[in-house]
Amino acid sequence: MTYTQLAVLSVLAVAAVDLWAARTRLLSSRIFWSAYAIVLPAQLISNGVLTGTGTVRYSGSAIIGSDTPVRTRPPLFGDGRVFYAPVEDLLFGFSLILLTLVLWVVWGRRGVDSVPESGPPRWVRD
Amino acid sequence: MGTRLLYLSVLVGCLLSTAPLPWLLRVKVWGRWRRLVRTLPPVVAAFTVWDAYAIGAGHWSFDPSHVTGIRIGTIPLEEILFFVVVPICGVAAYEAILAGKHKGVPAASPDAASRSGESR
Repeated sequence: MTYTQLAVLSVLAVAAVDLWAARTRLLSSRIFWSAYAIVLPAQLISNGVLTGTGTVRYSGSAIIGSDTPVRTRPPLFGDGRVFYAPVEDLLFGFSLILLTLVLWVVWGRRGVDSVPESGPPRWVRD
Repeated sequence: MGTRLLYLSVLVGCLLSTAPLPWLLRVKVWGRWRRLVRTLPPVVAAFTVWDAYAIGAGHWSFDPSHVTGIRIGTIPLEEILFFVVVPICGVAAYEAILAGKHKGVPAASPDAASRSGESR
């Protein structure tokens, strides 16, 4: 299997866990998507550094794009890359975050450290 | 030599930018370590298995001059730390949004009235 295939499969698998196995239904939660909207730019930046510097290198036969070039930077956009990283990394990262939050919510529902005891932000007067 | 810490530095950067958020937004993340220690291991395990497969199948590899060289089997330590750090960031973001939504302790909590001073 290629990275592309595994990445798509992982999103489907974690979605199935969210919607049917754990029934956490985060995919239909505005809170989840808002949280993901925070994580995504951070992921694009840190992953961009890792892939743009060639720290992590990909085989063209495993991804939509080509091999990570040896001496030059991969494309910022294009050839299956977004901010230097293979698009597959977006699916990988999405699965990682969704699976984490599914489990986080599952344990919260079971009463483990479930009371939020939080807010308001420090810059808001109590 | 300095470049070998590159991957690690990226992870430290993620952690440093996330770590103060729970304090700033008054969201408990580190304080809820019991929930974290149940959440993280399956995630780390699943993605480590994927990583091992991908490395073995040649999907990706690592520039030796940008990593410390410490490996657990075939997997760079940095990758395993990635699977710890990124989920923590995700939890922090999720709890931050949740806290913003409730604007404080939710009404259902027995502490709500005394903590926020509102009468419910």
